[in-house]
Amino acid sequence: MSRSTPASASVEVPVVQLETKANNRTFFSRIRRMPRAWVGLAFVLLVLLSALFAPMLTQLDPLAQFRDGLSDVGTPLPPNAQYILGTDHLGRDLWTRLLYGGQVSLAISIIANVTAAILGTLIGLLAGYYSGLIDSLLMRFTEVLLAFPAILLALGLGSVLRPSIPVVILILAVITWPTLARVVRSQVLSVRERQFIESARCCGGSDWYIIFQHILPHTITVTVVWMTLSIASSVLIEASLSYLGVGVPPPTPSWGNMISDGQTRYRLAPWMILIPTLAILLTTLGFNLLGDAVRDALDPRTSHRS
Amino acid sequence: MIQYLIRRLIGAVGVIFGVATITFIMVFLMPGDAARMYAGPRAPEETVQRIRELWGLDQPLPVQYVRYLARAAQGDLGRSTRDNRPVLQAVLERLPATLQLAVAGLFVELAIGIPLGIVAALKRNSWVDNLATVFGLIGISIPPFALGLVALYVFGFLIPIFPLGGYGTPLHLVLPALILGFGGAAFYARVLRNNLLEVMGEDYIRTARAKGLSPSVVLRRHTLRNALLPTVTLAGLDLALLLGGVVVIEAVFGWPGIGLQAFNAIRNQDTPIIMGTVLFASTAVVFINLAVDFLYVTLDPRVRVS
Repeated sequence: MSRSTPASASVEVPVVQLETKANNRTFFSRIRRMPRAWVGLAFVLLVLLSALFAPMLTQLDPLAQFRDGLSDVGTPLPPNAQYILGTDHLGRDLWTRLLYGGQVSLAISIIANVTAAILGTLIGLLAGYYSGLIDSLLMRFTEVLLAFPAILLALGLGSVLRPSIPVVILILAVITWPTLARVVRSQVLSVRERQFIESARCCGGSDWYIIFQHILPHTITVTVVWMTLSIASSVLIEASLSYLGVGVPPPTPSWGNMISDGQTRYRLAPWMILIPTLAILLTTLGFNLLGDAVRDALDPRTSHRS
Repeated sequence: MIQYLIRRLIGAVGVIFGVATITFIMVFLMPGDAARMYAGPRAPEETVQRIRELWGLDQPLPVQYVRYLARAAQGDLGRSTRDNRPVLQAVLERLPATLQLAVAGLFVELAIGIPLGIVAALKRNSWVDNLATVFGLIGISIPPFALGLVALYVFGFLIPIFPLGGYGTPLHLVLPALILGFGGAAFYARVLRNNLLEVMGEDYIRTARAKGLSPSVVLRRHTLRNALLPTVTLAGLDLALLLGGVVVIEAVFGWPGIGLQAFNAIRNQDTPIIMGTVLFASTAVVFINLAVDFLYVTLDPRVRVS
């Protein structure tokens, strides 16, 4: 009865074969021929670079409320020559807020995923290597965390902790690491039985040495694929949290609270919602396309698909 | 078989115990004095002290923990700090609306996802297949609440077909259900497509075709039956995901379910309602998964044998 419980990975990552030089070559030649890899990479780079170079792409302050940023009756301005993407309800420049909001949203998602990757890898390694009590304790714990609907768990955490950027990072990390821990664990289970592990043990290698020198390298690829896909869902969840009011506190711009600002004004100023939505879509599409292509390029079973 | 079911049942109870423990820890993390908050800032110290005694807040932590578990097991999830209603009653009152929405969302997922997945697999690499892939990627990449707002703007305001949120007539249900089911439908189509392709390569399909069965019979009796099986598990998982997604959708459309209630509770700092909803929903998720597992065992003879 080895069937895993259905509460398993929402991000499917195949158990990846060992990476040798030959495999690396086929990986790159495969991924080079995938158009979606290039499109994804282009989107990701576009978003990352524009967030990184935000101060050069705009001269304005994301928090500044401009006197001429509102119409005579005090409504937001649609896109125009002076404010290329229009303004929001406080007369702030949307293009500027979009760029700086991107910095916030992307930084949060990336830091949260790096944290989750370290934690998830570590726990997956331990659970997979030491089967038995440690394994069942750790896996029961991930099962408990996975039983919470992610948004609700985030809502609960967000309501007891005062909303702030570190809290959002913490929430995202807490809800993402259990999935990775499971993925890494299953990878470890298959690597653990291989001969080179046995020979390392025969040569007197300690557990830590074997885990970090011999097993860890085989989990890196899985983790990277997982992270690419997971950053996309983190961007979405961050936006949802900010929208629900337990995310990035205003006035700091984030894509989620920009949409939240627009919610009650969508009839008057639909661009306040559309513009950050498109930014989110571009980001998540980019990461999803890229992650998807990398996963398929690594998976020998899908090699016939272009 | 019976042994397996019993083991799963015990496991589920363990997970619920863990969920309750984490909920308790989150409540304990809450900054500020709950009794003082309930009594109001100007209440005399004796009143606050009386509330503390009444709620058992003066007891040591382990005692509070055991009490919390014992009460939760009896369905006592505390009282709303806003209107002093029992939390369970508040949740149960709002549950029918949430269930309507979740079931309608699941229906949308299946009604769009299954046909799309079948067509995509049968006409592999055709424009339908490509369209399904693009649809799938956008489905998992767009934040549902933003899509909801855009849908409200287009179909509620620009072309006023549907009401601008709210509850009551079947017309109110259409947009939220579509938005809720959209992402899932895309996911289904993709999983079903890949399952179908896998099953279509099996020997018994070739045999069925070779013995002269018509393509539609092969599809209905042999291919679909096997390919649909894993989607049963998926439907259970989805109901869990839907319970999380429902919070955001309910907030967008003003749908009076448990999600909107939890969302409003954040503004009122009504922690018992939020935590009660989290505990209730997670318990529901565990039981749904358990039910799906049992269903799977009855549907798939292979699992029973192994």
